Amino acid sequence: MAIVLHPSKAAAVNPLKMSQPLGASYAFLGMNRCMPVMHGSQGCASFGLVLLVRHFREAIPLQTTAMNEATTIMGGLDNVEKAVLNIRSRAKPDLIAICSTGLTETKGDDVHAYLQLIGQKHPELADTPIVYVSTPDYIGAFQDGWANAVSALIETLVPAGQQKSPRQINILPGCHLSPADVEELREIVQSFGLVPLVLPDLSGSLDGHMSEEFSPTTMGGTTLAQARNMGASVATIAIGEQMRPCAERMQQRTGAPFVLFDRLTGLEANDRLLAWLSELSGVPVPAKWRRQRSQLQDAMLDAHFYFGGKKVAIGAEPDLLWTLANLLQEMGCEITCAITTTQSPLLEKMPAAQVIIGDLEDLEKGAAGCDLLVTHSHGRQAAERLHIPHYRAGLPMFDRLGAAHKLMLGYRGTREVIFEIGNMFLADLHHAAATPQAWPLPEATLKAVADATNSLQ
Amino acid sequence: MILTAKVQDVFNEPGCDKNQGKSEKERKKGCSKQLAPGAAAGGCAFDGAKIALQPIVDVAHLVHGPIACEGNSWDNRHALSSGPLTFRTGFTTDISELDVIYGGEKRLYKAIKQIIEQYDPPAVFVYQTCVTALIGDDIEVVCKAASAKFGKPVIPVQAPGFAGVKNLGNKLAGEALLDYVIGTAEPDFTTPYDINIIGEYNLSGELWQVKPLLDAMGVRVLACISGDARYREIAYSHRAKAAMMVCSKAMINVARKMEERYQIPYFEGSFYGIGDMSDSLREIARLLVRQGAPEAILARTEALIRAEEARAWERIEPYRQRLQGKRVLLITGGVKSWSVVAALQEIGIEIVGTSVKKSTKEDKDRIKEIMGDEAHMIDDMPPREMYKMLKEARADIMLSGGRSQFVALKAKMPWMDINQERHHAFAGYEGMVTLVKEIDKTLHNPVWAQVRKAAPWDGTCA
Repeated sequence: MAIVLHPSKAAAVNPLKMSQPLGASYAFLGMNRCMPVMHGSQGCASFGLVLLVRHFREAIPLQTTAMNEATTIMGGLDNVEKAVLNIRSRAKPDLIAICSTGLTETKGDDVHAYLQLIGQKHPELADTPIVYVSTPDYIGAFQDGWANAVSALIETLVPAGQQKSPRQINILPGCHLSPADVEELREIVQSFGLVPLVLPDLSGSLDGHMSEEFSPTTMGGTTLAQARNMGASVATIAIGEQMRPCAERMQQRTGAPFVLFDRLTGLEANDRLLAWLSELSGVPVPAKWRRQRSQLQDAMLDAHFYFGGKKVAIGAEPDLLWTLANLLQEMGCEITCAITTTQSPLLEKMPAAQVIIGDLEDLEKGAAGCDLLVTHSHGRQAAERLHIPHYRAGLPMFDRLGAAHKLMLGYRGTREVIFEIGNMFLADLHHAAATPQAWPLPEATLKAVADATNSLQ
Repeated sequence: MILTAKVQDVFNEPGCDKNQGKSEKERKKGCSKQLAPGAAAGGCAFDGAKIALQPIVDVAHLVHGPIACEGNSWDNRHALSSGPLTFRTGFTTDISELDVIYGGEKRLYKAIKQIIEQYDPPAVFVYQTCVTALIGDDIEVVCKAASAKFGKPVIPVQAPGFAGVKNLGNKLAGEALLDYVIGTAEPDFTTPYDINIIGEYNLSGELWQVKPLLDAMGVRVLACISGDARYREIAYSHRAKAAMMVCSKAMINVARKMEERYQIPYFEGSFYGIGDMSDSLREIARLLVRQGAPEAILARTEALIRAEEARAWERIEPYRQRLQGKRVLLITGGVKSWSVVAALQEIGIEIVGTSVKKSTKEDKDRIKEIMGDEAHMIDDMPPREMYKMLKEARADIMLSGGRSQFVALKAKMPWMDINQERHHAFAGYEGMVTLVKEIDKTLHNPVWAQVRKAAPWDGTCA
């Protein structure tokens, strides 16, 4: 049980958090042939774009309604209209996905109404579905934006009352899963003879592949046809507490029950997933996963020497924090400092004394005396100042290669995380090597010895 | 002296009761048991020699042999240095097929030349190995020639692997020091408080857990043979007033022969365990006084022991309840079996078994003394038996060397390294606090509950 502390300081120093619209746009990037749009000033989209480009090292389709001072005051109807028309004619996407920003939310643009007006005015737009989600920058954080966007996608695209397809299930991954994680989960589900539909599917769009053509929209991800078929699934898997509202929304619309996995990193967490899949499908757990389970057990044993008693400071969004804090705790670490970005029911249950909704300054303070810093790439300066190793987790990861392929899910993903962090502890051993001054005697002992000598004289 | 004669000489050890208890004929056979092919474990004589001398930090250790001897084994121990790091560089002649045919002496000579030119160490230690011994490379002659040519000590270490086991290698390494190093230099000054510590390798910095205690007593370590040692220190170590022999019988020949040649009395002691540490400090003080040091050191020592024992117990106390009644299976060699047994019993840990495979008769007597007649002494426990014992949960944790770690881990039982590959220092009062902390950390790691859990789709324990 953790005490949850809210920020009391005026300025966030070295922010950990990123905004809702960016999280929403990130979700839309998992839709095939989609053009995400931020309804705001150019800068909103540009910053988000640069951050995602640095993280994935890929071209990121992300448009803007390019609001300026005048259009903001007058209302953004014209800009949204022009943006939608331009995108439809130039990029010809299957889906236009719009999120609001702090600017347009402050003004109070009613984008739902705008879209109705625009649709009436331009019947030709009927061939291009448009999804809209309200994501003010000043509320919540990245993972909230993601979840809200997925809810909007379900609301707009998934039909109610479809004929059930007995082996088809829905997967709603949280934003803390990488494209590699989604890929792994899909493979696990398929191995039970089930047909997964993933929403949104970053493994198709941002998995860093070479493509034959160039497109201004996303290439790969959940297709419209797949999204529209999700009502036929017999169940839904959601990963991460952030996805609970989405899973509930899906259940309401389709009537299919959902199961939520709070995390899929860790031995028991994956046991639960496989047991559930086996029960649902009637297929015994395939030998491949049994083998990987035993490999993970072995990895945990080999690695625990280096984790035991280590003090770790983690800065991450609630679901990622939950995932890493629990794994590290299970390996024998002590979570000395836990910093997160936004509210979540998980915070109180975190395996730490307290969780601060704070920034990297809080993390740096709390990480003093720790053996490891875990956070996204912006933590690197803190780690340098503290002279402790820095395990990069979360988005953005701009100073390392392979963000898209970082696997944390499944027995295999868990094993990889354990090895990677364990290797950091190992590499750091030489810093901890003893010196002749490592074990000084305290003053009291030296005084006792001196007194003994003096009393003889 | 040729190798067989040297080995004979080493086997004739008046300082060893067990050795002296044997008949003339038995003594000739040596003190190491014949190894059973197909059922042997443990290092060779070369390994033992390297272990004993490698901690001399400022010299170059050159292994004359094929790549296996050094290439497969270097940089695998945690002897620490407070200064030079030359000892951590792996040097080997890496002899080729042609060297085997034509002899490797020239290559060895060139290797010594290269090392002296490039690294300029105060000395080079040259280790003989099986292949080069077999083809008849005379490293003593090469070392002598190189030494004359380059004006630096080049020390031959005659301990090829096939000469015997690790323990013999330790002793042969000691012989090299006695023959070529000890007594070849003079210290700048001496004090009545100068001691040698023999058989302490400063693994993970253990010497530094003890040294502050000696500093507080006013005792100077003239030379540690060989942890964190400089070549010169060993060269002038014959001027010490007393010596402590740490690692049981590993270097008893060095201690005894230094007593014979230089009248340096020695005692056998241990830095492991609170009581043993105190006993060792007392004995050092007592020996020094016997050698003429002022008696005030005795009071200083008692004051130090009182203060540090109290401080250690205070720091251990929080763990007593958490560890009380935990059962430990101790698989290790020689001195560690009794010194660690005593230390663990001090905090209420139950020893369900201890290995005595490498222990001497005295070691076994000590164990009996500490554990009573109930002592579960295990002479030679095959891994399968260890596994069974752990799997059946007749022990809560195994403390052993790295070789048997996987026996414990595959049985999903806690294991801790107390041998030379370990990363933690367990010497002195500090070390016991660390040992207890580490046992607690290992035993209570949540990983055990995790890995012992059966998969939900298997009803039975995985």
